[in-house]
Amino acid sequence: MTIAVINSGGANLGSVVHALNRLGAESLLTRDADEIRAAERVILPGVGAAAWAMNALREAGLVEVVRGLDQPVLGICLGLQLFFERSEEGDAECLGLIPGTVEQLRAGPGQRLPHMGWNQLAWTDPDDPLARGLSGDEWFYFVHSFAAPVDHAVATCEHGMRFAAVVRRGNFAACQFHPEKSAAAGARVLANFLDL
Amino acid sequence: MVAVRLIPCLDVRDGRVVKGVRFRDHREMGDIVELAGRYRDEGADELVFYDITASPQRRSVDVAWVEKVAAAIDIPFCVAGGIRNVATARAVLHAGADKVSVNSPALERPQLISELAEAFGSQCVVVGIDSIRDGQALRVRQYTGDPDNMVDPRRDTEHWVEEVQRLGAGEIVLNCMDADGVRTGYDIAQLDHIRARCRVPLIASGGAGNEQHFLDVFEQADVDGALAATVFHSGQIAIPELKRWLTGRGIVTRV
Repeated sequence: MTIAVINSGGANLGSVVHALNRLGAESLLTRDADEIRAAERVILPGVGAAAWAMNALREAGLVEVVRGLDQPVLGICLGLQLFFERSEEGDAECLGLIPGTVEQLRAGPGQRLPHMGWNQLAWTDPDDPLARGLSGDEWFYFVHSFAAPVDHAVATCEHGMRFAAVVRRGNFAACQFHPEKSAAAGARVLANFLDL
Repeated sequence: MVAVRLIPCLDVRDGRVVKGVRFRDHREMGDIVELAGRYRDEGADELVFYDITASPQRRSVDVAWVEKVAAAIDIPFCVAGGIRNVATARAVLHAGADKVSVNSPALERPQLISELAEAFGSQCVVVGIDSIRDGQALRVRQYTGDPDNMVDPRRDTEHWVEEVQRLGAGEIVLNCMDADGVRTGYDIAQLDHIRARCRVPLIASGGAGNEQHFLDVFEQADVDGALAATVFHSGQIAIPELKRWLTGRGIVTRV
């Protein structure tokens, strides 16, 4: 299977490649439009700010390429946020694959920002293929200050407010947590994505 | 609800894990990748690697072992030691680290914190603070990796904590030097005092000697994570049992 990991220029993209390696899957870190279109699976990782990442995609000529993909695509962390129409972070126009605006998290009393650490999900659609083999009690590693609305979420998480932890629309799925850093539970989500 | 984090700290010298008492007399503890893998399997929530020789010797962290760790483990880890510019931080993050921690170089040039936050986002930027009691005051120390070249940057811990947050730190590790390595418990009073001034995640460091110390620091200082070295490396406290014990006492852990 060919897996393209989009090189959006952000930090620690290597972690996603390492995680796929541990699953025995080879991947290609690329920003080449043809390689991305031809891949059987595409992953859009991302660490950094939304406006900055959208600029990087625009400069690489990848905005329309990503919008036009029809194979399974997985967004991770900032990658999830970029699937939405807009982000409050830098007032960025995003890919518009999923309706809604990404907002800044508002921490409740005794809570800190960024939301950094391990948290649990509430699956609104436990039959989602990404949830296969999970009991629902697993912990996933989050690190973010902005979050997406729950309208298209198949799983949610809460930190000050409820936000989308896993979203899906057609062939586009994404998780706000880092499956590549979420030990066995995260590896299971990645394996589920490869098995789609 | 976000779980508290238990964070083994691995001091690295010349590519090997070492541990000293009160920052002196370093003993070898083992191979980095082997120890990292062991902690991952035991349920450590995160790892911190301090290259203790990099900062005092004014050299950068060696990224070869960072890459090896990243390939081997699937939990987040932070690298500290000798990161004094955006280029070095980028090399470490690209090698697979999730965060970089800056301490002495940030005291030399506080602007470094904003440069890192701007380049990678605050969530990647941890500021480590070595704090020592000086009468009634809490004072910051610099270059603590080498006791002979330790520097007094003439800053109060409280002010430094506020400044680093203003500059874009996404997390603070407060190492209470008086407690470090002596296993008589975290400096609860100091951590609680700093907690009140810290909006970002705060990690307690220095002093863990038994399970009760972890319970105390989570209950009484409301820290987001607790870092320890000796009690984990020596096998005196096993992370799975510690987590079960804490969970039984109402602390939310990842079990």
